[in-house]
Amino acid sequence: MRERLEQLKHEALEELKSVLDAKRLDELRVKYQGKKGKLTEILRGMGGLSAEERPVIGQLANEVRDAIDAAVTTHAERFEREETERRLASETIDVTLPGRKLPRGAVHPLMQVIQEIEEIFIGMGYQIAEGPEVETDYHNFEALNLPKDHPARDMQDSFYITEELLLRTHTSPVQVRTMQRMDGEVPIKVICPGKVYRRDDDDATHSFQFHQIEGLVIGKNIRMSDLKGTLLTFIQKLFGEDAQIRMRPSFFPFTEPSAEVDVMYKKKGATEPSWLEILGCGMVHPRVLEMSGYDPEQYSGFAFGMGAERIAMLKYGIDDIRHFYNNDERFLKQFARQ
Amino acid sequence: MKVSTQWLSEYVSLDGVTPEELAEKITRSGIEIDEIEHRNLGVNGVVVGYVKHKEKHPDADKLNVCTVDVGSGEDLQIVCGAKNVDAGQKVPVAVVGAVLPGDFKIKSAKLRGVASQGMICSAKELGMNDKLLPKDQQEGILVLPEGTEIGLPITQVLGLDDAVLEFDLTPNRSDCLSMIGAAYETAAILGRDVKLPAIDLIEAGGSASEKVSVTVENGELCSHYAIRYISGVKIGPSPQWMQNRLMAAGIRPTNNVVDITNYVMLECGQPLHAFDADKLGSSIGVRSAREGEVLTTLDGQERKLDPSMLLITGEDRPAALAGVMGGLETEVTESTVNIALESAKFAGASVRKTSRKLGLRSEASLRFEKEVDPSAVIAALDRAALLLARHAGGSVAHGIVEQRGGSVQEKTISLSLPKLNAYLGTDISMLEVKAIFARLNFKCADSAQGVIEVQVPTRRGDITRDVDLIEEAARIHGYDNIPTTVIEGPTTPGSYTKSQAVRLTIRRMLTHGGFHEAITYSFTRPENTTKFTAFSAGTNAVPLAMPMSEERSVLRTSLLPLLLESAAYNRNRKNADLSLFEIGKVFHSNEEKVTAQPTELTMLGLLLTGSKVEEVVGAQSRKVDFFDLKGAVESVLAELGLQAEYRADAPDGFHPGRSASLYLSQAPDKRVGVLGQLHPQLQRDFDLEDTYVAEICLDEWYAAAMPEMEYRELPRYPSAQRDIAIVVDQAIEAGALLSSVRASAGELLEDVRVFDVYTGEHVAAGKKSVALSLTYRNPERTLTDEEVAQAQQNVVNALEQTFAAELRK
Repeated sequence: MRERLEQLKHEALEELKSVLDAKRLDELRVKYQGKKGKLTEILRGMGGLSAEERPVIGQLANEVRDAIDAAVTTHAERFEREETERRLASETIDVTLPGRKLPRGAVHPLMQVIQEIEEIFIGMGYQIAEGPEVETDYHNFEALNLPKDHPARDMQDSFYITEELLLRTHTSPVQVRTMQRMDGEVPIKVICPGKVYRRDDDDATHSFQFHQIEGLVIGKNIRMSDLKGTLLTFIQKLFGEDAQIRMRPSFFPFTEPSAEVDVMYKKKGATEPSWLEILGCGMVHPRVLEMSGYDPEQYSGFAFGMGAERIAMLKYGIDDIRHFYNNDERFLKQFARQ
Repeated sequence: MKVSTQWLSEYVSLDGVTPEELAEKITRSGIEIDEIEHRNLGVNGVVVGYVKHKEKHPDADKLNVCTVDVGSGEDLQIVCGAKNVDAGQKVPVAVVGAVLPGDFKIKSAKLRGVASQGMICSAKELGMNDKLLPKDQQEGILVLPEGTEIGLPITQVLGLDDAVLEFDLTPNRSDCLSMIGAAYETAAILGRDVKLPAIDLIEAGGSASEKVSVTVENGELCSHYAIRYISGVKIGPSPQWMQNRLMAAGIRPTNNVVDITNYVMLECGQPLHAFDADKLGSSIGVRSAREGEVLTTLDGQERKLDPSMLLITGEDRPAALAGVMGGLETEVTESTVNIALESAKFAGASVRKTSRKLGLRSEASLRFEKEVDPSAVIAALDRAALLLARHAGGSVAHGIVEQRGGSVQEKTISLSLPKLNAYLGTDISMLEVKAIFARLNFKCADSAQGVIEVQVPTRRGDITRDVDLIEEAARIHGYDNIPTTVIEGPTTPGSYTKSQAVRLTIRRMLTHGGFHEAITYSFTRPENTTKFTAFSAGTNAVPLAMPMSEERSVLRTSLLPLLLESAAYNRNRKNADLSLFEIGKVFHSNEEKVTAQPTELTMLGLLLTGSKVEEVVGAQSRKVDFFDLKGAVESVLAELGLQAEYRADAPDGFHPGRSASLYLSQAPDKRVGVLGQLHPQLQRDFDLEDTYVAEICLDEWYAAAMPEMEYRELPRYPSAQRDIAIVVDQAIEAGALLSSVRASAGELLEDVRVFDVYTGEHVAAGKKSVALSLTYRNPERTLTDEEVAQAQQNVVNALEQTFAAELRK
């Protein structure tokens, strides 16, 4: 019997060595270990053994079973592993194909510029003020020290509705309205963004509708040096910490002294940075303060203004102002970075 | 204003300053220099020559062989093809080795067998601007004045070694519309002195008042009118140096008299006019034109005049439009002998009005419009008279015939040094301030501690109060020298207002939902104002008084036509699938004829058209529908914490079966939006596929939007869900069923929603099956089957009674 067991073990292990798939493995397991298997068959003869032999043969039989079990398990694990590998291989996808994206629209580039500027100034303690787009002649011109016969007030240059009403030519009337609303109170620190309109033929750099962002500060002891400091901080937040500005004397009827501000900036496609005109500013003209109820001997202030289109064109390297109003999706979707 | 640096250097030394450096300094001090024009475009080695002989070329009819003396001691033989070349002329000669513009090098050559040692040049060959050349110099070689010195470099004769600075003047700096003004400015910037041209006029002959009289009727439009009488002038070309300067300034030389008036205008900023005194008559008047009067101006055009225009008359007949242009009849011509020379101060506004009305602008009107320096009236008149005597052989009669209202006074303005420094944030000393005003040629005197009285010259009419003086001080001190400081005083909190925050939220939600933000124009075609009237019915559109085109002649009353035009624009570029939104204002008036500011509503417009395509390989596209649009609106409302109702509606411009009006739950009587499919007719008009649009008035949203967030405790007891399916008439709206369920189910109902709507097989024609899912919960304890069954029964009863619903088993 011992020989038969040894023989069986040898035979089983040999046969298992050549097994190729899980099905055959199961057949072999049944053949040797099953209820009607060969091991069982041999063990049935245990009854004829002596009391001394029985435990010895029993132990041997267990060893044989364990050996076959171990071999079967090893093969089974291998087959399972191979099966998993096969399945995984068959499930492989092309990860370079596009994914299902979340929808992505673009905030209009002009609104992005305006929002960025608003947020910079909110951080500096400013409120955002708004006003009507159809303005009275008084708020748009007169209260800003542009008397009736001022050349800038020609019918040819503005979109008048009646003699007393027109589409605002700048957002400065919002400054006037803010001063009137504040009724002599200080400090005033506001940013006035919005659409403005001028009777100008359209071309790559002119549009009869465009967006301005203006700022107004009124208080006690507001100095031109404060204006310079404010604008330097702003420009460095907008164009980077290294940005430099310079002020050049200029003229606006509503400020005195007045200045143009240039920023040193490398335009898209340019090899060298150069001074680019970016905004106009100045100390609020005493006439403007007086007309809106602020005594220029007690209060002073500064104002500045810039075009959102110009800044967007500089920042993004846009070459034609009309792109902002055509709403061509190929243009708009380039600004969908969120 | 074109400023010749050569001319300028006559009044202020420019030693050691290149034109580029000067331009930079002037720009940084407040007058932008647009351009530096170098008059010499590349002429080198061209000298003045004297044509001694001219002979016909033996082998060419059109060529001449000239013997030319260029002062080198040896005569040159030059072949010349110009018709006008002749012996005895002084001409520009490009000798061998000379260079002409375009890097054209002159070599010795043989022309049809005859040697030529150079070239006699035309003005054009010297690079001179065609448009500015006197008429007689536009063809042929340039013939120079007889007295021109042989051998001189032509660049010197023609003033070509000159750089011209283009001053881009702001409206306040009309003082620099003159060379003298430019000289004062330059002198202040460089810290140098100004030397003015001397006016040593010699009067001769009789008295001017015996020849002419002056009567000004409109003193308010002409505060000073002055005439000098010059007799015996001889019309001819003006001196070459004067022509050079006129051309540098962009003015074409004409004849000595006209050139002198232009020259003095450029020099002093005071426009002058020379009348042929014999044609004008002796009685000169200044008065408003009379209705029906006409005047043929120098440009040959007959102008119809009206009483708003100021006229100069001779014997009461129109002779010139004051300050704008002279009349043809009294023009100086070849035969003119006696001249009435006018210098005046006309009111700027009046000159501007006349010049605008007639569409006639001139160098004179440009200067009068901006108010000329009252002190220059007589100075310019005398200077021009002097030049007429010197260069036109005239004899200047004694005295000036004039009428003026009051004398010219210089303004004196007090300036406080502490205020100046407080205003600028600087620490400039009194000494420095005084030095600055000395540089500007403003006199100043101490009046009190820290206060000076500054006397402002009349040429600086722009300076009227102390802040103007502060600006002068700041710009000469240098804006670069103003420090950068931080505002002192209380800090202020910065923030968006509620309405601004609402708009930012909408923008964020919609872009995250795949909509692109559009900005359209605020004006449109009149027919676009009647297409969508949900928010403008019963009001009037606001037209522009002077539109640039019919396309943009009226303020928009709705965002939708413009968004549709944008969609059409994209469709024409092969992009039919589009999701757009715009936030902007629309305008309408309650008045038929607008007199008050119109109502401005802030609207949100949405547009969806074409198909929704997922960017995934093999994904199916589907056409957008009403529910894509409604879902976008619902998402925005949810983000803003607003509850709304949608009611079937058929607003103008919309598909009557696929549109709704939007109401906020807190104000269910006020329509705040419309949404739906574009009416098929409009869809065709705009050439679009199925398109869905919405327009919402945001002004109605602000108050209720963005309420505080509220926390509700998480439920402790389980819910029970029950589904039912009912069959009802197709016309019954799901919203009505839901309302009925909510009303009848009792307090235990937590939620109810429609999860299926079905028509077709197993459902009778005209009917639909609606599947509802109801969720019950009691926050206090676990529900019993009985109470849920009772609630369900109540719901079914209500649906049966109200809608004749049949329960599907």
